[in-house]
Amino acid sequence: MSRQAILLGGLAAAFALAPLVAGPYLLSVLVVVMYFAYVGQAWNIMMGFAGQLSLGHTLYVGLGAYTAAALFVHLGVPAALGLFAAVAVAAAVGGIVGALGFRFGVKGVYFALLTIAFAEFTRILFEHIPGLGGPAGLFLPVGSRDSFDLIHLRGHPLMFYYLILAMTAGIFLLCRRLVRSRLGYTWLAVREDQEAAAALGINVFRAKLTAVMLSAGLTALGGVFFAFYYNNLFPNQAFGMNRSIEIILAPIVGGLGTLFGPILGALILTPLGELITAVTEAMGFKAAGIKQLCYGLSLLAIVKFLPDGVWPWLRGRLGLDRGPDGEDES
Amino acid sequence: MSAAPLLLVEGLVKNFRGLRAVDGVSFSVQAGEVVALIGPNGAGKTTVFNMIAGVFEPDGGRIELAGASLVGLRPDQVCRAGIGRTFQLVKPFGNISVEENVLIGALRWTHDLGAARRRAREVLDLLGLADKRRQMARSLTLPDRKCLEVARALATAPKLLLLDEVMAGLRPAETDRMVDIFRKLNRETGLTIVLIEHVMRAVMALSQRVVVINTGKPVCEGTPEEVVRDPRVLDCYLGQEKL
Amino acid sequence: MSIDLANQILTGLLTGLVYSLMALGLSVIFGVVRVVNFAHGEMTALAMYAAWALFTWLELDPLVGMPLIALMLFVLGYIMQRGLIDAFVSKPEHIQFILLVAIAIIMVNGSLLTFGPDAHGVQVSYGFDTYEVGPLLVDKVRLLAAAAALGISGLLMLFFRRTMTGKAIRACADNLVGAKVIGLNVKQLYAVTFGIGAACVGAAGALLSLLIDVMPSTGPELTMLAFIIVIVGGLGSMGGALLGGMLIGVSEVLAGYFLMPSMKGMFSFAILILILVLRPQGLMGARK
Repeated sequence: MSRQAILLGGLAAAFALAPLVAGPYLLSVLVVVMYFAYVGQAWNIMMGFAGQLSLGHTLYVGLGAYTAAALFVHLGVPAALGLFAAVAVAAAVGGIVGALGFRFGVKGVYFALLTIAFAEFTRILFEHIPGLGGPAGLFLPVGSRDSFDLIHLRGHPLMFYYLILAMTAGIFLLCRRLVRSRLGYTWLAVREDQEAAAALGINVFRAKLTAVMLSAGLTALGGVFFAFYYNNLFPNQAFGMNRSIEIILAPIVGGLGTLFGPILGALILTPLGELITAVTEAMGFKAAGIKQLCYGLSLLAIVKFLPDGVWPWLRGRLGLDRGPDGEDES
Repeated sequence: MSAAPLLLVEGLVKNFRGLRAVDGVSFSVQAGEVVALIGPNGAGKTTVFNMIAGVFEPDGGRIELAGASLVGLRPDQVCRAGIGRTFQLVKPFGNISVEENVLIGALRWTHDLGAARRRAREVLDLLGLADKRRQMARSLTLPDRKCLEVARALATAPKLLLLDEVMAGLRPAETDRMVDIFRKLNRETGLTIVLIEHVMRAVMALSQRVVVINTGKPVCEGTPEEVVRDPRVLDCYLGQEKL
Repeated sequence: MSIDLANQILTGLLTGLVYSLMALGLSVIFGVVRVVNFAHGEMTALAMYAAWALFTWLELDPLVGMPLIALMLFVLGYIMQRGLIDAFVSKPEHIQFILLVAIAIIMVNGSLLTFGPDAHGVQVSYGFDTYEVGPLLVDKVRLLAAAAALGISGLLMLFFRRTMTGKAIRACADNLVGAKVIGLNVKQLYAVTFGIGAACVGAAGALLSLLIDVMPSTGPELTMLAFIIVIVGGLGSMGGALLGGMLIGVSEVLAGYFLMPSMKGMFSFAILILILVLRPQGLMGARK
């Protein structure tokens, strides 16, 4: 554990100090890395902990983003308040999806399809809601670049950088606490064997629903960040299937169900994507889709050769997987 | 039987798509008793257990624990009401340690992780699994898995323990060890036990009363010695495994 | 009911039959190999691109080129199963999904790179001909495509019922262990089954190219459509795939007619959610 703590601390320090040496482009890449680490971690709660595969997770990003953005654009509600509404909406919808799924015993592929159906339904719905910009998009008024207005989330890119860093660190620590908590063990039991878990007094439905709602709510916070950082929202982007796939790439490549997985996955995939784009543009051809193609190939490679993700393999190599009491660390 | 029974099962009926699996089974269990439920394969014993444990809802009859009805409760609610159960085909949480398995059981009894861990260790000591507590549950042998299954159920601090063919697949020495553990538990803590068993060695050694059922219907009831000699009981086993 | 609406419904029915053929492939694959083919629509899109390419460069009418395209897809499907997917058949579900999601991503972006983001359609010389059926007007192209789809579906059903291979495949689906025990080469049969499913997709894609345009985004849309049809109709039921296809075809048309064309997708997804929750075995599936 101490070795893992060192690694974590080092990583956090590196990110905290990066703005001192990195230029705006690199910083923006790091923001994307952290965003995907954050959202991937939030997704991981549902999948890694409760074992429910959500392939339509961008639904919660979109709901969080649009809720907070719409409140700001139409009612002037600052982000700091709007985020509560965003989380509530997403958690509620997550609750509906979960309740429908679990109450009616929708499992496995059917549950994954249910999540996709909800996301797609919402995407088309949002293309038709007046006041949210429709397919042409919802635009947030851009604030002054020199302010550090956290309440309204208007300001310097550096503010956003440290915000997402705090969010990523926060969710990591939260998950860490959860894993070794009563709730974490409950989820573990549910994931391992639902019948046995029930025989031990665990309310399986409630445990799974809690995971889904927590995951949805936390994901929505990522959506709020997304809305105020990029200042524009399109239903196609916010709710599109591509986004859902992007969200799951980092935790799967990094390591499903592990704490470091989403971070490692994001650290690998985002720079890889940027690198590929840079190389292909340098070679002279602007190829749309080549980045995604490479992501697809990476995913294929991971699933074939390292199905548990890179982190479990890496930590085995680095000898980081034994804690002081011989327990398996995440 | 003057005192109110801890567990009361009366007129239990269960149909599965036209097949009457359980037909009018009744018995009661006093607090602190050890009662065995026996009968040939397919007699409906596990179905009775599953109804008590809340896995199935009975189509008729009463199930009461200390006077409160268990009918319609979910399995987790039944556990919280005070019934622990093991499964015929053991279900360990394979990817975590033995101790963590039992810990999860203990978390029904306390919310505090530290207290739960201590209880888990106590129970593991009792079952003789203390030295294996760090092992992954999936690496255990079958007898140890059975012990783990029992330990986990015990950790929930049940008033009544349902054991579903716990002795199956164990060698005589292991069977005797299990019997001793249960005897000790029953004697020292007053734990009430209801067990389904085919291993007569265990039934004779452990139970104070035996309930016999066949094809879902009750056959007879009595002390082990009485039941073993009852012609009706011998009748339903003829052609199957001999006692 | 207005003539216009009746025409629309007929259109929906006919288009739906072609969708059915595509969904039939999925039903076959999932019903037997038990793998969730998330790349199903993408494979269909590949077939559509192939049809367009053959039409554009060789002036081959997709109706004529259909057998060839079906064969090409059969080979693709066979190789996919044998070479890649087979190793994952016994792995946990989420790993299978991700494998096929990866394949789907590769196919979509491969198409994007190869054919570009623009829509491509096939415009045959008789594309604007219509038949008159009583008061209704039917597109010749649509009628031919639907007839072909129906014919192929019928052939497929005969294949599974009458031929030895077909029965062997059904045996694998019914009872895998039993099939192995009697010596069936399951690996080979799985590959053949995937190939057959892919061939359906190939034929359906060729036919679809006559009816709708193909773009990189068509793939994922068709995947979802295929799943909706199969689930609504009932997994493992061939009749269900046909029924589901026609139902979805008509519901799309109705949603476009009564609501707004851009909302038709919403309607289909709402139906999927309802079915998943209320009757997951589908309209014609057997209750598990």
